[in-house]
Amino acid sequence: MELTFPEKPFRTHGGAAVPHHKNTAQMESVILPCPSQVTIPMQQHVGAPCKPLVKVGDLVQVGQKIGDSDAFVSAPIHASISGKVSAVTKVALPGGQMVDAVVIESDGQMTVSPEVKPPVVNSPEDFIRAVHESGLVGLGGAGFPAHVKLNVPKDKHLDTLIVNAAECEPYITADNREALENSWAVLSGVYAVRDLLGLERVIIAVEDNKPDVIEVLRKVADNSKLDPEDRVRILPLHARYPQGAEKVLVQSCTNRVIPLGKLPADVGCLVMNITSVAFLADYLKTGMPLVKKRVTVDGSAIASPKNVIVPIGTKIADVIAFCGGYSQPPAKLLMGGPMMGIALTSDELPILKQNNGILAFAEKDAALPKPTACIRCGRCVSGCPMNLVPTQLEKYAELKDTDKLDQLGILCCMECGTCAYNCPAHRPLVHAIRMGKALLRNGGKK
Amino acid sequence: MEKKLIVSASPHLRSGATTQKIMLDVIIALVPAAAASVILFGPRALLLIVLCVASCVLCEYLCRRVMKRENTVMDLSAAVTGLLLAFNLPVSINPLIAVFGCVTAIVVVKQMFGGIGQNFVNPALTARIILMTSFPSKMTTWTAPFAYLNGTDAATTATPLALSAQGATDSLPGYLDMFLGVRGGCLGETCTLALLLGGIYLIARRVISPVIPVCYLGTAAVMSLLLGRDVLFDLMAGGLMIGAIFMATDYTTSPITRKGKIIYGIGCGVLTMLIRVFGSLPEGVSFSIVILNILVPLIERISLPKPFGKETVKQ
Repeated sequence: MELTFPEKPFRTHGGAAVPHHKNTAQMESVILPCPSQVTIPMQQHVGAPCKPLVKVGDLVQVGQKIGDSDAFVSAPIHASISGKVSAVTKVALPGGQMVDAVVIESDGQMTVSPEVKPPVVNSPEDFIRAVHESGLVGLGGAGFPAHVKLNVPKDKHLDTLIVNAAECEPYITADNREALENSWAVLSGVYAVRDLLGLERVIIAVEDNKPDVIEVLRKVADNSKLDPEDRVRILPLHARYPQGAEKVLVQSCTNRVIPLGKLPADVGCLVMNITSVAFLADYLKTGMPLVKKRVTVDGSAIASPKNVIVPIGTKIADVIAFCGGYSQPPAKLLMGGPMMGIALTSDELPILKQNNGILAFAEKDAALPKPTACIRCGRCVSGCPMNLVPTQLEKYAELKDTDKLDQLGILCCMECGTCAYNCPAHRPLVHAIRMGKALLRNGGKK
Repeated sequence: MEKKLIVSASPHLRSGATTQKIMLDVIIALVPAAAASVILFGPRALLLIVLCVASCVLCEYLCRRVMKRENTVMDLSAAVTGLLLAFNLPVSINPLIAVFGCVTAIVVVKQMFGGIGQNFVNPALTARIILMTSFPSKMTTWTAPFAYLNGTDAATTATPLALSAQGATDSLPGYLDMFLGVRGGCLGETCTLALLLGGIYLIARRVISPVIPVCYLGTAAVMSLLLGRDVLFDLMAGGLMIGAIFMATDYTTSPITRKGKIIYGIGCGVLTMLIRVFGSLPEGVSFSIVILNILVPLIERISLPKPFGKETVKQ
């Protein structure tokens, strides 16, 4: 059957009309001046941590590999500035686990390593190897190594590439700016992936609150010179959170449902973040691995919000100082958006590959209202994109009834936070569901 | 950074909805019906409303105090119960009976089961049923609308449903009178117009979903049609409107899932019409809703939505 492009997105369940707060969407990205020091953790991806390849006193240059692992599911780490390794130490990641990290003192030169040269790609194997060497991980936030995703098992037939430019988290505009400032690379990257995997169609999905992005991408995708076979089209999505969540996005674009515990590849789709795709194109052209990242810095405690292109490993405090510092005392600091981001304990932590936003909020926006009794209003149920009953999950998580939690499909929950956002009783639903999942995974069943 | 940062689980953003705002919306939606009751039945209606709201709020306050629980008066749910209970009483009712109803609703039905969100039957309706069975004649003595204008408080009438059940079809009010509420009945149930306005407000504000009222009223209309009755009359008579819009949609005592709401709404409609046609009572809205309230846990068991991408839901 010939695949066609959807005229409009397919129906998905639930979601919420969260405020967009895309304050930085119209601001051109600025480049952070070379920081005096970076701390580069050896784990910025899903999978095995890397071993440091350098020792104290070594001189390193931009793009030089400084961490690698023999494991397949891992991604090498590169120096983001040139200078001298001053320490190989341990740092805490946002989630709390301690990992090795290489600290580099800058020489202020940003000298590019001679290792950096465009990869030679003659076969699909070469391509996968090149993607591995680039250190690319899913830049939407998940941090899954890109070469693993692109190395599709032979038994899985893929037909559709979905480029995720939904960017449904409030405040974050990093992907938005990537599309506007680097639209050529987006299309070039799309073609590279399409040719590698022999995909029939490419859908670039953008929420309709970004008409400028849609227009710019349409200019390249609907161009008979750039896309002669009309394999690439833009699909405007309803701007409704969590439209960019992988399972929701695949359903919006193809009407296919990814079964629990399966991947988009199991329904013939490959989903890649737009910045990842554009990075691939840039990498194939220049050979510069993933050493910098565009980060949206915003929130009520930031003096001058902007999108900043930052060397990976830069201290968050340095990035915030570049954005005018704090306008009022920060009470909460987030890595990522306000719906799914992680609350940080300190601004001394480094920027990671998969970071797309740093948000700082003043006291009045940071304090969460006190929970009251559930009134069974059903807003968590009608809002759940995974069709769950969050209030029951909370109840059974408290009762530690793992059988019931499993029955109710707790593992389908992707923790998008729509239920807790909607809840008029301010129940900590996502927190309870996380505890329930941990209980189910660790405690197992009776 | 000398000050400690707040670390909490995501999401870090909330919609701003609160229980109090929801209850305030319900109160606003009940204002047209309250105004209609005062116009139709006079200042005594207003006194009764104030008395019931005050009693319910006071009961809630004292209960929480005695139980040493956090006070929940400010969530306004007790005020809503008071309003609804007043709307379910005849204007001529002895104020002491009304207060007794409030105590029953808040203390026995609501707080003894754990307060807001925990009561398994609708407090106002259950109190009404208890009053109906305890004071049957006082609860069915109806004052004619506008009788207060002539100073004849004692001018009694019968409800349209009672008239219809007696076969006194000649003395039934016309559709327009029924729509505007110029008929015998409880304070807040008579004016269909005011109730519809409130219902539209609640649906527009997304406080309630239209599923339950539509299924309830739709089922009642179809049953009425099939049984050869006057459909418009059936929809506007008795407590069907207030029941379908304000009572059956009570969050705590109605199903949480969409499919459950459909089953529940249809169940209420069927039961209401069966009681009206075959029961010895002229009206069956209260009983239907309370019976369906009790069935809600069972309805929810069979109406759980299928989780996204999960194969089967084992019961």
